[in-house]
Amino acid sequence: MYLAQMPSLTSLASAVPAETHGASTDVPASLQAAPLVILLPLLGAALLLLLGRRSDRWGHWLGVLMSAGAFVVGLILFVGLTGLDTGDRVYDMTLFEWIPAGTLDVSAGLRIDPLSVTFVLLVTFVGSLIHIYSIAYMEHDENRRRFFAYLNLFVAAMLVLVMADSYLLLFVGWEGVGLASYLLIGFWYHERANAVAAKKAFVMNRVGDIGLLVAMMLMLATFGSLNFSEVFAQAPEASAGIATAIGLMLLLAACGKSAQFPLQAWLGDAMAGPTPVSALIHAATMVTAGVYLVVRSAPVFESTPTAQLVVVIVGAVTLIFGAIVGSAKDDIKKALAASTMSQIGYMILAAGLGPVGYAFAIFHLVTHGFFKAGMFLGAGSVMHGMDDGVNMRRFGGLSRFMKVTFVTFGLGWLAILGIPPFSGFWSKDKIIEVAFIPVDGQEWRAWVFGLAALIGAGITAFYMSRLFFMTFTGRRRWNDGSGSVSGAGPQDGDVRHPHESPKLMTVPMIILAIGSVALGGILAWGDMFVTWLEPVTGHAEHGEPVLAPWVLIVLTLLLVLAGIALAWRQYTVADVPITPPRGSALTRAARKDLYQDDVNEALVMRPGQYLTRTLVYADKEIVDGSFMGLGAMFSRSASVWRKAQNGYVRTYAATILAGLIVIVAVVLALAS
Amino acid sequence: MELMHYIVLSGILFSIGAATVLLRRNAIIVFMGVELMLNACNLAFVTFARMHGDAQGQVIAFFVMVVAAAEVVVGLAIIVAIFRSRRSASVDDVNLLKN
Repeated sequence: MYLAQMPSLTSLASAVPAETHGASTDVPASLQAAPLVILLPLLGAALLLLLGRRSDRWGHWLGVLMSAGAFVVGLILFVGLTGLDTGDRVYDMTLFEWIPAGTLDVSAGLRIDPLSVTFVLLVTFVGSLIHIYSIAYMEHDENRRRFFAYLNLFVAAMLVLVMADSYLLLFVGWEGVGLASYLLIGFWYHERANAVAAKKAFVMNRVGDIGLLVAMMLMLATFGSLNFSEVFAQAPEASAGIATAIGLMLLLAACGKSAQFPLQAWLGDAMAGPTPVSALIHAATMVTAGVYLVVRSAPVFESTPTAQLVVVIVGAVTLIFGAIVGSAKDDIKKALAASTMSQIGYMILAAGLGPVGYAFAIFHLVTHGFFKAGMFLGAGSVMHGMDDGVNMRRFGGLSRFMKVTFVTFGLGWLAILGIPPFSGFWSKDKIIEVAFIPVDGQEWRAWVFGLAALIGAGITAFYMSRLFFMTFTGRRRWNDGSGSVSGAGPQDGDVRHPHESPKLMTVPMIILAIGSVALGGILAWGDMFVTWLEPVTGHAEHGEPVLAPWVLIVLTLLLVLAGIALAWRQYTVADVPITPPRGSALTRAARKDLYQDDVNEALVMRPGQYLTRTLVYADKEIVDGSFMGLGAMFSRSASVWRKAQNGYVRTYAATILAGLIVIVAVVLALAS
Repeated sequence: MELMHYIVLSGILFSIGAATVLLRRNAIIVFMGVELMLNACNLAFVTFARMHGDAQGQVIAFFVMVVAAAEVVVGLAIIVAIFRSRRSASVDDVNLLKN
């Protein structure tokens, strides 16, 4: 029915001034290389998977080459875009007719604008570094080639996601990264726990995907198109109910992909994958796809304050939730995963605040991509030196043994704390400041969300310092095998010989650490990043925060310092017990992810199981039962009737005669 | 009116034939019963032809005779074949179609 309305809708759309969301389809020559960005890693993945064992010896280098090639093309695009006027930096490049079906005509195309190019650069740059790191990290794995094939596949899918010019193509990338994430979490699938973790991530992501699917159906029904340009042009005219529904469904999708409350439970388990995977997919890029989706769909969210408020609430809840969980985890990777969750909470929070927050959400996403990937690689380096141990209660005093890791991790740590002038300060402080700006003059919102962000920063400082101190400072808590009785460390547990990682691992860490130090400051210089994103996010006038910005900065720093001091007192000055103490109720809850798994099991899994069991029972007893009963009835009646077949010709003759008489009787009766 | 007597006779002959088929066991006798029924029908056909004053019923009577002749040949052959294999001409011994 809606198809019939399409012509009128499209004519309506063309009447609307394009504003910032209109995209030119006349792509200049400097940007024509865009499809290569996706094709290179895709080619790499295809080659590595098809050639199989034959490419074992050089496959990893092919993977690195393809990823680095994509980065070079990304740079070309970036330079091409900067060479254009600020006003026309948004392009839709149609690639081919994809689904021509009557009045529905979907074509696959790429959107090239500052936002997508920012993501392309982040994904390919961090991705390439992690490719290089993985060469050394996965050196002793006989399936290293397969690992690189999946990494390339991931990069290609992620690039499809961020470069698509329609929700449908975005969905292809969305599912592609989900697949790559599944394959990589379960890379060591011979261990049951890893396979289960991969499945959990996959299934929870499906819940989010349903949100995206429903959102797309709503858009198709309302706007008659899934193209960004057409949807965004019509979004402001959509009725409040439809816009809110689309917004909430998009948020559900973002929650699934970005591990936001209430779909966050998979991220901790996803740490079962190799550490480079955690760095690339579960810290720097894929999990931030939800933030991308919300920022990209800005016009939809701007026409529905309700959905925006929900976005902000989800962000605020998750950032506190992740921070609390992170404070109790003893597994270094799971603590970092909780931190990722919390930091993405900040981004979602900022993205929900509207035009004032978009740029800072993406800004924080970029800086976070650097420092969190750097810290994950650092954690991988620590694990490499500690024979894959992840229990921080068994680390301690490692700064003497792995200096490069210590320093690079330390820089990432300072960045995430938001200590000036490190990267995190520029992005996170801005988010806190924006959170304190009242929306529509509602001061309560400013206070609630602002304080959540502020307190979150304090807890972040505590748990990151806890992680850092437990790993690198304090007393040695691992067995060095010397058997010394001088009381320097415990003599139980596995013998560890911590050592610095090879150059192939440390160099990417150093580069990311440089990013953690300087990137934020450089991008914040003269609001460079915000201006760069303006063609997409639109120009936003700052409102006044309820507290003066300098007060906020001082408050944040005070909280951060308090967090560091607390962690220092507890984990460096005081001894860290090797067996975790019982802890308070909150600690125990946080160790179990605040009972998220139990809640999911009680609310979703068990009722689901009961439902399916009931359905199976009903199917067996009622549906099958009625058909089987029908069959049995015929079978039984047949065995009765069978006795009539006694084999005597006379009986048959008598039957025929009886039948004849009946017919004659009927004919006579009808005739009279 | 007197033609009605033939119809009655035909009915009686048919009943006798049917009773013979149903009650007797000897295959030859049963066969004779069948012949009797056929001829009863023939009689009815001819009578009706006379009643309506056209030749159709008589033609059909000829058909029946021809078919009956063929049927006798086939039927007797079957009876002889059964008698040879079973040493009996009783229809009750031929009950392999049971169940």
